Amino acid sequence: MAEATTIEGDQVDERGGQPGEKRPRHSIGSLLRSTEIDGRFLGMVVALLVVWVGFHFMSGGTFLTARNLWNLSVQTSAVAIMATGMVMIIVSRNIDLSVGSMLATLGMAMALLQAEIIPKWLGFDHWATWLIALLAGIVLGALLGGFQGFVVAYAGVPSFIVTLGGLLAWRGVAWWMASGRTIAPMDSTFQLLGGGSRGRIGGTASWLVGIVACIGFVAALIFGRRRRQKFGFRLRPRWAEITIGTIGCAVVLGAVGVINSYYMPESLARQYATQHGIEWPEGGLRISLGIANPVLIAIGVALVVTFIATRLSFGRYIFAIGGNPEAAELAGIKTRWTIVKSFALMGMLVAVAAAVQIARLNAAVSGLGQTTELYVIAAAVIGGTSLTGGIGTVPGAVLGALVMQSLQSGMVLMGVDAPLQDIVVGVVLVAAVAVDSLYLRRMQT
Amino acid sequence: MLNRKWVALIAVLVMLFAACGDGDEDTTTTAAPAATTTTAAAADDLIVGVSWNNYNEERWAKSDEPAIKAALDAAGVAYISSDAGSSAEQQLTDVENLITQGANALIILAQDGTAIKPAVANAIDQGIPVIAYDRLIEDPGAFYITFDNVEVGRMQARAVFEVMPEGNYVFIKGNQADANADFLHDGQLEILQEAIDAGDIVNVGESYTDNWDPAVAQTNMEQFLTTNDNDVDAVVASNDGTAGGVVAALEAQGLAGIVPVSGQDGDAAALNRVALGTQTVSVWKDARELGRAAGEVAVALVQGTAMADVDGMVEFTTPEGNVMYSILLAPIPITKDNLDVVVDAEWITVDALCQGVEAGSVDVCP
Repeated sequence: MAEATTIEGDQVDERGGQPGEKRPRHSIGSLLRSTEIDGRFLGMVVALLVVWVGFHFMSGGTFLTARNLWNLSVQTSAVAIMATGMVMIIVSRNIDLSVGSMLATLGMAMALLQAEIIPKWLGFDHWATWLIALLAGIVLGALLGGFQGFVVAYAGVPSFIVTLGGLLAWRGVAWWMASGRTIAPMDSTFQLLGGGSRGRIGGTASWLVGIVACIGFVAALIFGRRRRQKFGFRLRPRWAEITIGTIGCAVVLGAVGVINSYYMPESLARQYATQHGIEWPEGGLRISLGIANPVLIAIGVALVVTFIATRLSFGRYIFAIGGNPEAAELAGIKTRWTIVKSFALMGMLVAVAAAVQIARLNAAVSGLGQTTELYVIAAAVIGGTSLTGGIGTVPGAVLGALVMQSLQSGMVLMGVDAPLQDIVVGVVLVAAVAVDSLYLRRMQT
Repeated sequence: MLNRKWVALIAVLVMLFAACGDGDEDTTTTAAPAATTTTAAAADDLIVGVSWNNYNEERWAKSDEPAIKAALDAAGVAYISSDAGSSAEQQLTDVENLITQGANALIILAQDGTAIKPAVANAIDQGIPVIAYDRLIEDPGAFYITFDNVEVGRMQARAVFEVMPEGNYVFIKGNQADANADFLHDGQLEILQEAIDAGDIVNVGESYTDNWDPAVAQTNMEQFLTTNDNDVDAVVASNDGTAGGVVAALEAQGLAGIVPVSGQDGDAAALNRVALGTQTVSVWKDARELGRAAGEVAVALVQGTAMADVDGMVEFTTPEGNVMYSILLAPIPITKDNLDVVVDAEWITVDALCQGVEAGSVDVCP
């Protein structure tokens, strides 16, 4: 979001006047501009809400229930995690087609580690197993991704070709590692990464997370305002700051409220009651399960990658390279090394997504993640990432992932069968990008 | 200059990597030069060529190929093979190559039973008998060897129906592009249709599973549980992978082990679930039986036996109405009561079968 915002801001300034301030009447557009909210992002949020409400009515009122939204959040996590990295790859004018196959390779590696290799030294269900497996997966992901990036940057092979090779090769590697066997079950602690019946942080902790997020958001607004004051930049009007803060907090706390109104399923609650010696109450036991671990991981990843993209020099270099590779090179950026790092980052994120995926399924199979690369790329592109490079935002990609998953989950709720689902998702992908490019062209004229 | 060095380095690494890979594997499935020369040396002998559609799946290398080879070896017939890597076009070329290499009979695991027909017709015209292995090829001149997939579907439904004769049923079907997915579902409905018509069983959710992907099955099952507010009494899943996804979704709702679930393939993870009680049945098709049967039929055919005279032959009427000479092997439904069958067949070790199983809850687990 931040990136597109700056571009828009620049355009406003370049036109000389300050249309937002000097225009006598406040149109909705000018009001929006003074809040500096990205129109494309807002458009996507509106589109998502339309999809949700539409499905809610068409599915007979099951879509907008706490339970379905909770499902949706978990189902989106893995693709969302990878989409954040894909934004960086695409912004730098590259592509990564190998993420689905690499997901299988890394998932299989982590599964073998925890189910067959580590138990040989530490025994089954050792407390450190999950951590070793996860870290090893992330390191391996960085190596595999970095290797692909290396071939792209230093051997000069187009990333489309390198990762197309990866798409084929990593799928084969995933198979060889276990001769195509299904590896199950996962370590009992590792399973918590995937959500499931135990991988949730509980109601109270969820509220805490919500409150901390809210305070963090307000603090960021205040801090940002101070900095602008310090450097003498144009300030957002005070009402806009307050509105943004209020809406942000309301959304966060509202989401936590919705998540927390999804209670433990009855049969699990009964088990819980017997284990803890609680007598089964008349109306049933209502235990909020709270935010699922994979969702927390996805949010954390999105924050970190946003920070990298907008605050660290590495992230800014990526955008510079995507905007104009020659200029970036001439400006003294080590473009090749930056590309290698971006692919390594992608590999690490694939490892995290793979961990979530195998933990959730409680098994690793070599066929894991087939065609996932297309969903990840689609999420990034629906989220406003331009395939010509230079433009893209992490929150947009996460939202894109949510749109894609909403379509799929919603259609299953409605009983639409797989072939038709594919048709709808395909049409929506093209339509979304068409609308987006129309919008961009309008903004430029 | 620097670039060239790097490329060379990488090329060397790749070669080393490939060389290591060869060391582990003595079977040559790809049409590698080595395979061609050995077969050329044995050109006087009888040769059977096998065309795999996708060797990249567990069972072919582990079960089918060794069984076929053993049957051929016993009769002194040579084995050559090729792998089409899931490409129907590649498989057409593969079949021609096998004939060029001197195959006297072909065993074909078709990627696409229709696309392969010209190659099959060509082989038959040249007097080379063709065995359609596991998957149907609609050519009345070919010999069809398979497990009875409709029967697999019947067995899945029967096992679930025995546990849950009425209530809300969910059907997790296979990949929509795979004809077996529909054969299975047809078999399932044969058993359940009567109860569905009588209103005892209600179909509350049914979906295909893209690529038989367990993660897709899991998401679909979560959605079915959500629409029905967990009021699902039984799940008929078409294979063990999708059953794994279903059980993961049920576990999250505390319903695993309460709701019966079917599957097939005898995957180690699935048999473990059967022992744990979270999966009701895994219909087991002993791929080694299939491989052995195909090998023996191939030997009989290259030695001049007429298709009609092959031992155990039955006539099979295909969906398109062709009558084919066939051998239909019977699968075995594995439930917690007959787990000893898979252990005795050395299909799975007791350790793998009983991981996490409470002692004494099933007979085979000590």
